[in-house]
Amino acid sequence: MSDDAEKNDSAERKDAAAAAKPGEATTAAQPATAAALEAGGQNVPPGPAGRTPLEVVDVRQGMFGVHGSGDTSGYGGLVVPVAMPGPSERPYGGWFDEVVDVLTEVLDASGTGFANAVESVVVDREELTLHVARQHVVEVARALRDDPDLRFELSLGVSGVHYPHETGRELHAVYHVVSVTHGRRLRFEVAVPEGDPHVPSTTAVYPTNDWHERETYDFFGIVFDGHPGLARIEMPDDWVGHPQRKDYPLGGIPVEYKGATVPPPDQRRSYS
Amino acid sequence: MSTDAPTTPHATGHIVDDETTGVPTFEASGGDWSQIAEEAARLGEERIVVNMGPQHPSTHGVLRLMLEIDGETVTEARAGIGYLHTGIEKNMEFRTWTQGVTFCTRMDYVAPLFQEAAYCLAVEKLLGITDDVPERASVIRVLMMELNRISSHLVCLATGGNELGATTVMTAGFTAREEILKIFELISGLRMNHAYIRPGGVAQDIPPGAIDTVREALVQIRVYIRQLEDLMLANPIFKARMVDVGYLGLAGCMALGITGPVLRSTGLPYDVRKAAPYCGYETYDFDVPTATDGDAYTRVVLRLEECYQSMRIVEQALDRLQKLGPGPVMVADKKVAWPAQLAIGADGMGNSLDHIKEIMGTSMEALIHHFKLVTEGFRVPAGQVFQTVEHPRGELGVHLVSDGGTRPYRAHFRDPSFNNLQAVSIMCEGGQVADVVVSVASLDPVLGGVDR
Repeated sequence: MSDDAEKNDSAERKDAAAAAKPGEATTAAQPATAAALEAGGQNVPPGPAGRTPLEVVDVRQGMFGVHGSGDTSGYGGLVVPVAMPGPSERPYGGWFDEVVDVLTEVLDASGTGFANAVESVVVDREELTLHVARQHVVEVARALRDDPDLRFELSLGVSGVHYPHETGRELHAVYHVVSVTHGRRLRFEVAVPEGDPHVPSTTAVYPTNDWHERETYDFFGIVFDGHPGLARIEMPDDWVGHPQRKDYPLGGIPVEYKGATVPPPDQRRSYS
Repeated sequence: MSTDAPTTPHATGHIVDDETTGVPTFEASGGDWSQIAEEAARLGEERIVVNMGPQHPSTHGVLRLMLEIDGETVTEARAGIGYLHTGIEKNMEFRTWTQGVTFCTRMDYVAPLFQEAAYCLAVEKLLGITDDVPERASVIRVLMMELNRISSHLVCLATGGNELGATTVMTAGFTAREEILKIFELISGLRMNHAYIRPGGVAQDIPPGAIDTVREALVQIRVYIRQLEDLMLANPIFKARMVDVGYLGLAGCMALGITGPVLRSTGLPYDVRKAAPYCGYETYDFDVPTATDGDAYTRVVLRLEECYQSMRIVEQALDRLQKLGPGPVMVADKKVAWPAQLAIGADGMGNSLDHIKEIMGTSMEALIHHFKLVTEGFRVPAGQVFQTVEHPRGELGVHLVSDGGTRPYRAHFRDPSFNNLQAVSIMCEGGQVADVVVSVASLDPVLGGVDR
């Protein structure tokens, strides 16, 4: 069966399924109104005392991941904001302040300026994250590696995260570094828009990031400019699309077992 | 090529590289090497690229090595991976936090308990319950991880020996590993892919008599490891193949992010168990063996020494378990802890009859709770963490992102095998083709972990 025929066929089946459930359209779940959405968006739980409000990256609706299912329980109208931990205020605690101070000194001395290079400092769950502007990522990495008081000489690679709802900052590249000398570890994070997914490559500073950047490119489509050979690494060379993006389907087929059909994992009911 | 629209994801077709048309190529799949060499000489072609793998017995799975050779000398070596990519990280985004363990245990299948432990520690850090995990659960985790470290090193030594033609090393190594797999089966119910360590603790307590069984097995394992030492360490053939082969110095290791025995073979005693302790490793008494030669032989010696250190830790863990006595192996928080009480029934391991009697017979609320926690799972506050553990092959990192939901928003595993394979080029170039096998074996890559 050709692809087109299969699509038509499944469309027909869906129509048939809809026709078999008369009245579904009229008893659809309570839609979330614009007002409810706005109210829900403001309903951000306050962070612990002394911390700035959280950073909302998404507003989740409903509860079961299924919409228009005739759910009259009221959960369909649920609006929950999704917030990542926002920027932290000084003092960050422990050695975090010292590292940020030294980094400030190094970046200010070089003329880049800490404020230009580091967008925010997040301390969460006793871990330090520096959000770095993409044009300065190589300089920040070099400062972290080379300054004797920082000495983050070991890179544990790059991983990507896709936040499709964070408009203008959809794709994140997260770098994990370790200072064997001082026994410290931190991460720095670069966010770029989907439409312009370019980040300077850090392979000149951390050669180990070679394969990790290839992997992040392969799975997320973040283009690391200046990488010595930015080819796909896990997927075949002629693969289309970047599989770990949120809009890329997981795939899979329904499985029939003893008369019942189990849908593929990404089409099952989920309690998002 | 398929005619699909360019945006639709599709399986790969045959790659037709236009640039290579017109260049004389000769393909060989088996056969007599001298014939191939003669043909190459007749064509006047000096550049020979040999494709080793992905189906080659010395590549520990499906690693593809592209070697450019000049006679017997490797002038350029490149590793090609991806043949075992199964999208485990993507799959984990569609399962609950607890189900994630079942997936990540299948990454590096020779050392499954390390992925489980790292993942669970990361989930616990996200939940903020790291300190609530019962001590007994942490001790059991340490016990299982150290046994797993021994079994993983044994596989490395066994297959490494086998690749040199030393079949006895292989049989001795795998026989010793069998002792450990029996312990795993006794404790977790499975020889591999255990899904034994769970967010909040472990799936079930160790069965009665397990402590004595492990003690008895340790004696036997010690005998097998002594045998391996006798077979390998002073063996002139073994030493001729291994000494000064696959050299990588400290500067190279740091630049390439190489950790584990390969890094320690250059003299740096970097071990996550000491540098950033987890599961209470700071309270155990053990040494981090190092050497300074940085070659394949030294790595064999280090792995054997690490087996002894792991046995020291196992003995301490057993003493602690005996002293602790019975107790919880899962956090007390019923919103996180798996509700089922496992027991062995007539048809094998499953929910205990008492638990079924309670949820089906007496408590509606317990049934609802069980159902909700098993189908929906628990919610994890939004944020991200990075947790590392000392894997037999190096530093294993888990980058977990939660959006506050019941499933991981993103789970990334920084697998040491993946990273360490980058050293293949620097280790092999300029050496002999036969040394490639030794160098790759000394890195001990497991392709399930590399490709995930």
